[in-house]
Amino acid sequence: MSDSSSPSNKHHHAHHFDSAEHEFDASKFGIWVFLCTEILMFGGLFVGYIFYSGKYPEIFEAGSQFLDWKLGAINTAVLLLSSFTIAISIRNIQMKQKKAAMRNMIITLVCGLVFMGIKYKEYTHKFHQGIYPGKYFNYQPHGAEHSSKDANSHGESKGEHGKVEHMDSLPENIALYFSFYFVMTGIHGTHVIIGMGLILWCLIRTRNDEFGPEYYTPLEGAALFWHLVDLVWIYLFPLLYLI
Amino acid sequence: MSSTPGKNYLNEKSGLWSWLTTLDHKRIGIMYMISVLSFFFIGGVFAMLMRLELFAPGALFEGNTYNQMMTYHGTIMTFMVIIPGVPAFIGNFVLPLLLGAKDVAFPRVNLMSWYCLMVGAAISFLTLFFGGVDTGWTFYTPYSIQTNGTVLMVLGAFVMGFSSILTGLNFIVTVHKLRAPGMDFFKMPLMVWALYSTAIIQVLATPVLAITLLLLASEKLLGVGVFDPALGGDPVLFQHFFWFYSHPAVYIMILPAMGIISELLTTFSKKTIFGYRAIAFSSVGIAAVSFFVWGHHMFVSGQSELAGVIFSFITMLVGVPTAIKTFNWVATLYKGSIEFRSPMLYALGFIFLFTIGGVTGIILATLATDVHFHDTYFVVAHFHYVMVGGTLMAITGGIFYWFPKMFGKMYSEFWAQMSFLFVFSGFNITFFPQFILGATGMPRRYHQYLPEFTSLNQISSIGSWTIGIGFLIALGVIIHGLLKGEKAPKNPWGGLTLEWTADSPPIHENFETTPVVTAGPYEYGR
Amino acid sequence: MRNLLAMYSVLLTGLFTTSSAWAERIMPAQGNAYASEVDSLYIFLLVASLISFILVIGGMMYFVLKYKRKSANDETPYISHDHKLEFLWSFIPFLIFMFVFAWGWKLFREARTMPKNAFEIHVTGQKWAWNFDYKSGVSVTSSSSEEAAFVIPVNKPIKLIMTSKDVLHSFFIPAFRIKQDVIPGRYTALWFEAEKEGEFQIFCTEYCGDLHSQMLAKVRVVSMEEFENWMQTHPSRALGQMTLAERGKYLTNKSACTACHNFESSEKKIGPGLKGLFGKERQFEDGSKAIANADYIMESIYEPQKKYVKGFGGVMMNKYLPKDLSAEQVSWIIEYIKSNK
Repeated sequence: MSDSSSPSNKHHHAHHFDSAEHEFDASKFGIWVFLCTEILMFGGLFVGYIFYSGKYPEIFEAGSQFLDWKLGAINTAVLLLSSFTIAISIRNIQMKQKKAAMRNMIITLVCGLVFMGIKYKEYTHKFHQGIYPGKYFNYQPHGAEHSSKDANSHGESKGEHGKVEHMDSLPENIALYFSFYFVMTGIHGTHVIIGMGLILWCLIRTRNDEFGPEYYTPLEGAALFWHLVDLVWIYLFPLLYLI
Repeated sequence: MSSTPGKNYLNEKSGLWSWLTTLDHKRIGIMYMISVLSFFFIGGVFAMLMRLELFAPGALFEGNTYNQMMTYHGTIMTFMVIIPGVPAFIGNFVLPLLLGAKDVAFPRVNLMSWYCLMVGAAISFLTLFFGGVDTGWTFYTPYSIQTNGTVLMVLGAFVMGFSSILTGLNFIVTVHKLRAPGMDFFKMPLMVWALYSTAIIQVLATPVLAITLLLLASEKLLGVGVFDPALGGDPVLFQHFFWFYSHPAVYIMILPAMGIISELLTTFSKKTIFGYRAIAFSSVGIAAVSFFVWGHHMFVSGQSELAGVIFSFITMLVGVPTAIKTFNWVATLYKGSIEFRSPMLYALGFIFLFTIGGVTGIILATLATDVHFHDTYFVVAHFHYVMVGGTLMAITGGIFYWFPKMFGKMYSEFWAQMSFLFVFSGFNITFFPQFILGATGMPRRYHQYLPEFTSLNQISSIGSWTIGIGFLIALGVIIHGLLKGEKAPKNPWGGLTLEWTADSPPIHENFETTPVVTAGPYEYGR
Repeated sequence: MRNLLAMYSVLLTGLFTTSSAWAERIMPAQGNAYASEVDSLYIFLLVASLISFILVIGGMMYFVLKYKRKSANDETPYISHDHKLEFLWSFIPFLIFMFVFAWGWKLFREARTMPKNAFEIHVTGQKWAWNFDYKSGVSVTSSSSEEAAFVIPVNKPIKLIMTSKDVLHSFFIPAFRIKQDVIPGRYTALWFEAEKEGEFQIFCTEYCGDLHSQMLAKVRVVSMEEFENWMQTHPSRALGQMTLAERGKYLTNKSACTACHNFESSEKKIGPGLKGLFGKERQFEDGSKAIANADYIMESIYEPQKKYVKGFGGVMMNKYLPKDLSAEQVSWIIEYIKSNK
């Protein structure tokens, strides 16, 4: 978000600012305004989610049975950890601990990779079951074979992770739940990738000694963005996995 | 920091590349000017063709062709002309000058936002090569899900939305952080207040449009079903989402225009603004309330009766600050020293047309009458009175006002006044009959109509040619001024805001030395 | 001089615009008392608007002429604000706005509160026709080619239960000052009571595609006896007495085929004209050919996107499902096409 990326080691503030602090203040303010737009964008999705979960509570309940809350919980933990490490890396920069800062950024990146890896696994598993977004949804409930085994009223059979592998009768329009699942986690995942890109960029600039206690605005921005990504996930997790 | 004499932002560097990579807010403003005026020309041609078809229905185009022209006219005029018109074009040029700043807070972001507009516009125009789009600019579902070309068009609008968000973000930070020493919030010119309120709307409303358009595109591509009744979705939800952005968006269009009017009226009546704080607060007030009135577009959409009542009530509340502004402008003229220069004529024309647009807005906010007028030509006439009679008059007035500052040249006053004459009279001839057409029942977006509507439609079409001539004259005035205009002095109109203390055209850094502000912006007669 | 010219034009246009507002017909004919109540509110709003317009613009013109610049160094007084005045011109408009809000609400309630004893009629919108289904089984359709009248009895509250087959439409009868969007997947309702016999125009006011402006119909208000008589003798109740081709003709109208196809001429509309189609060779966009037999016609109804007739590539015809038109009904349509040699 910053407009000030001078190639030299020593950062010069842009001509229209009075001082480096002035520039830092303005940049940070700009980043916060940008985060507001992000919150409103996700806000739109949440409003849609609330609207439809009020209209069709049954499909949201049934749909969430297909998700493995344990995987979601691991991802939550991973993202929380990464938020912590990126915050520490700023502290490191302020303390001139270049090595530690880089290490913490790398941990953050690894956490991001783990998160995306788990997401990938979840997505492919869904596709394998025939759970695609929207009109491509072609999950076939295996009614006859399983219902006799299970006394459960829904006729669910639990897989090893406690998630539902098969369901007899699905409420009509259950694809709508997965539409929300794919759109929300998809847009969130895109943000994770963008955030990882930003942190990688900051990592390279740290290695090139471009950041120091006087100037680390891009890192500050990337970290704030990463916290937002984390925050959004903290809402997504209960809404999608734990209804 | 000092500059060589004779150098200014226009001649400091040369070559196309220096423009395309510039970070100077003034140059970016000029690039916006060129693009917005070109888009305005294209959108205007579509409007003319539509009016031509409606002069003799069925003679020129088939229904589908007409509907596509209607769609392109609407999309171009809203997303590419009026939304970027005042904030991004005029705002970019004047905001730092009005604040006594050297540039906006984030010059690179500023340039990026211009590129977003260009890329978004290019994507939108690409649809022309794939059979065109006929959804109307509102993209209502499920029609937009079933017809062709929606995805590209929506993608274009999405990218242009980024342009709007980035401009808004930039302006908010600029206003907060880059005011000249001594300029507190209540010493800011009213144009700055207007741009600031607009920027808040841009930043808060546009993301909702972005997600709505994204959902619409995935609806079309993947059939996610959120807006498709066949898959359990609700098409009316789309309207809620869409208007949650698009109603505040009409204030993105009109608020900065109101700011321009405050500047023009004080300068050309040499008098301080009446009720500075009332106008400033009403800008912010309108911005705030504008987020809670979207449902007045949906009185007959199938939303609940209670929702209709609440939205009608809040809409009435927006009427109050709007009325305050108008009264304050008129009071500013009282005992002034009024000079009839072309920008002033446009400003007075604005008040005239905007008042008609405003009172008809109240007629539309009233539930029972709106049920009858909704989606008829009455609505078409109303929003053209506000958007064209209001915003475009203000933009044109603003161009003539700041033209000497932008290019350091004067223009032909006589022809500028003639352009006003044609635009103003043509506008009324075009759109006033549409109020009557709508009241007597003619629905909008009709490419054919019943015989009883013929004569008023023909008058309206004749008026549209008059407007066309008026804007062509204005374009001629601008081009002639650029090529042959006399050299402009620093302060041709006797304005007191900071931009008039800079050179015409300003140097790259805007001011030789950073101005220090001690008084309010319009201290005439003190 | 130039400035005077400009001012003069401002005045002239102002006079022109305000006088044309008071032209004779500012609203459609009133079909009932509700319409005249809405008109009273509208007239009130118009008068209030005109008065405020004259105050604001009259004041503006007066100031502009009176305080015209005399010399370059005119002195102007410093008048920054006046709280009393500002309060007045905020509060008075506020009161007026609240008054018209309440008035508008009162009428809106009236229009939205459905009477219990109303005569119910089902309305279905589709591209591009209105279907009216009466409880007696009578069914009327207005496609864009014929504005078949939808008949109702006078002085009887009518409730319309409305839905759409495809996209949004909006049902608008100007004479009764009512309008309601018609939405696929759910029902909306509208009621009115006609107090005058006669014919009144119906429009579709929600944009719905190519023939949006031709999605018209008329409502014919008649006396109760005439209405009963009309229902008894309406052909849709007597399907059994029709030949298959006549039934087909009836269906092509009811299912809005006639919105896009001419059946009794070979001239193209949105889709190709169908006169003399049966048994002829058809050329398609992809270069292939086929004989237009019964199978081809059935396929074209159920799977219209499968083959595009040459010159009509990409024209999206609505797909009809067997629930819209049964196989039996399709055969009636085929008989009808056969009969148009």
